Amino acid sequence: MKLNKKFIKQCMLATGMMGTTLMATLPVHADEEPIKIGVMLPYSGVYAGLGEAATNGLKQALKEHGNEIAGRPVEFMISDTEAKPARAPELTSAMADKDDADFIVGPVHSGVAMGMIKTIRNKDSIMIIPNAGANAATGAFCQPNVFRTSFSSWQTAYPMGSEAVDMGYKKVVTMSWNYGFGKESLEAFEESYEKAGGEVVKKIYVPFPNTEFQSYLTEIASIKPDAVFVFFAGGGSVKFVKDYDALGLKGKIPLIGSGFLTEGTIEAQGDSAEGLLTTLHYADTLDNPKNKAFREHYQSLYNKPADLYAVQGYDAGQLIIQAVEVTKGNTSDKDALIKAMEKVEIDSPRGAFRFSKAHNPIQNIYLRKVENGENVVVKTAASELSDPARGCRL
Amino acid sequence: MDMSLFLVQLLNGVQYGLLLFLIASGLTLVFGVMGILNLAHGSMYMIGAYLVYYFATVTDNFLFAVIIACLIAMLLGIVIERFLIVHLYKRDHLDQVLLTVGLIFIFNAAQSFIWGNDPLGVQVPSLLSSSIQITDIVEYPVYRLFVSVLCVAIAVAMYYIINNTKLGMMIRAGESNREMVENLGVNIGKLFTIVFAVGVTLSALAGIVSAPIVSLVPGMGERVLISCFVVVVIGGMGSIKGAFVAALLVGIVDTFASVLLPGMSSMTVYLLMAIILIFKPQGLFKS
Repeated sequence: MKLNKKFIKQCMLATGMMGTTLMATLPVHADEEPIKIGVMLPYSGVYAGLGEAATNGLKQALKEHGNEIAGRPVEFMISDTEAKPARAPELTSAMADKDDADFIVGPVHSGVAMGMIKTIRNKDSIMIIPNAGANAATGAFCQPNVFRTSFSSWQTAYPMGSEAVDMGYKKVVTMSWNYGFGKESLEAFEESYEKAGGEVVKKIYVPFPNTEFQSYLTEIASIKPDAVFVFFAGGGSVKFVKDYDALGLKGKIPLIGSGFLTEGTIEAQGDSAEGLLTTLHYADTLDNPKNKAFREHYQSLYNKPADLYAVQGYDAGQLIIQAVEVTKGNTSDKDALIKAMEKVEIDSPRGAFRFSKAHNPIQNIYLRKVENGENVVVKTAASELSDPARGCRL
Repeated sequence: MDMSLFLVQLLNGVQYGLLLFLIASGLTLVFGVMGILNLAHGSMYMIGAYLVYYFATVTDNFLFAVIIACLIAMLLGIVIERFLIVHLYKRDHLDQVLLTVGLIFIFNAAQSFIWGNDPLGVQVPSLLSSSIQITDIVEYPVYRLFVSVLCVAIAVAMYYIINNTKLGMMIRAGESNREMVENLGVNIGKLFTIVFAVGVTLSALAGIVSAPIVSLVPGMGERVLISCFVVVVIGGMGSIKGAFVAALLVGIVDTFASVLLPGMSSMTVYLLMAIILIFKPQGLFKS
């Protein structure tokens, strides 16, 4: 086969055209200038499901508020990031400068988040991250105009360390993909686990997004640790949990993890997931009135059950609504708007939370166990846990 | 690494390699005989996996689901060849690439539209769901062994058909001199349809048998396509024998690299490919 330069150029052009911006406008009141909410989420590729859920949650929050805030209508501008970090700066600039977005809600992927944060500095738009957990987003790279309604990687894994020691596991093997989210989760776990007296005997990093786990699992079996702590998400966690069971490790070496191991994946994991213990800032079965109401309404609107990503999108919507209500519809005074956002308390389906100085939620982390195909809350593993925001000067 | 651990890892490598062969064999067959580079080959792997998921869930009968999924894949192969690929035989590879890349997007959109974007899983059929204890702590799932046996059986069958039947004779002739075969009165159009349909079905079958041991996610086809190309390039484009040897080589190297060289395991396979291409620019077995 002959691959010439012209052909490569054409291929690049073709892929470049895939992510065109989609505009979706709600009915606009003619008299008032709309509040512009840019949405930068993935609608294609591996993270498409997450982007869709976050968008649904966001729209639900605004719908419940009559699609207007302080008398001003709301306009959504939706753009597909395809979860590609390389495209993030360009899309962010377009949203902030050309489309004059008041808020930009996005992204799902931490690599995209970093590209967006670098671009959003000194711009007038306020960025609200409804998922991406990179510690640096509300740590070393924190910005006055960047908020996060989800979590930091650190928050979701740290509480499991002391829990593991409490459960009597003295030496563990940790394992994840060799990328930011995985590394941060393993480090946070290790931090609290070693502080509580445990020992990490081996740390395994699998190249991302490789899902051939057989050889690693065989190695773990030969080490025979007290437990295995992992971070995997999405399709990888389905594969990992099934392989772990199929190789006969499940009954012999307990598997624990960051909550993403069993988030949106239990149905596909089947019986292999039963009994797994994980920590996260939310669980579908969380028993509080807000969560019940939220989930019922979501089901009736979208005809499918809500998930974590929907909650985080919903809270991004709530944050916008509450802050703009405080400023009485004024979105041009950004400093006042940011101050209002810093002070709100969000009545989230995960339980109420406020923002830390670095603009990350101060929230409960729950210990959950998979029972009959659901993440059931065992207890609150850490209450009002705040990310240490290392390197942030806000 | 003690002996039993070494043997288990070798088994892991061989088993992974055999699965790679099943996926890559269709690609290299179609390229070798028809000169068509089908980039949508990975999509057929994905379609196979999703089809078996759908029919296994609806009918609760895995074997039935496998048969139906294979038939649909074969039908798809015939339709694609008859209506699309047929226009490309006289054109260059660029046009083939554009068409088949377009097919990737269409299949991905169809997958997302029909089955959504959440990861899905297929239960291992109950007949094969047990495990064999092989060391004090590791059990080996029977289903994985079954898949390996199936891959070997398919490799043997392909070898036999290509070397000992009239169809195989035409395939070999088509590989070496297409015009001559046509001039000798062989219906090359029909031969091409059969070969393309078989190639597509092999890819779909790989997706089908993998479905219970992988997770079904959007984009699963493209990931497979890359490993598939590595195998085909190392083996020599168009060579079935080459694909078999290369697949085992890649499977074993990848498995041991991930244990012995964890820091650089993601590049080991490509390093292997680069080294082989330095000494054998056409791959191990150029047909």
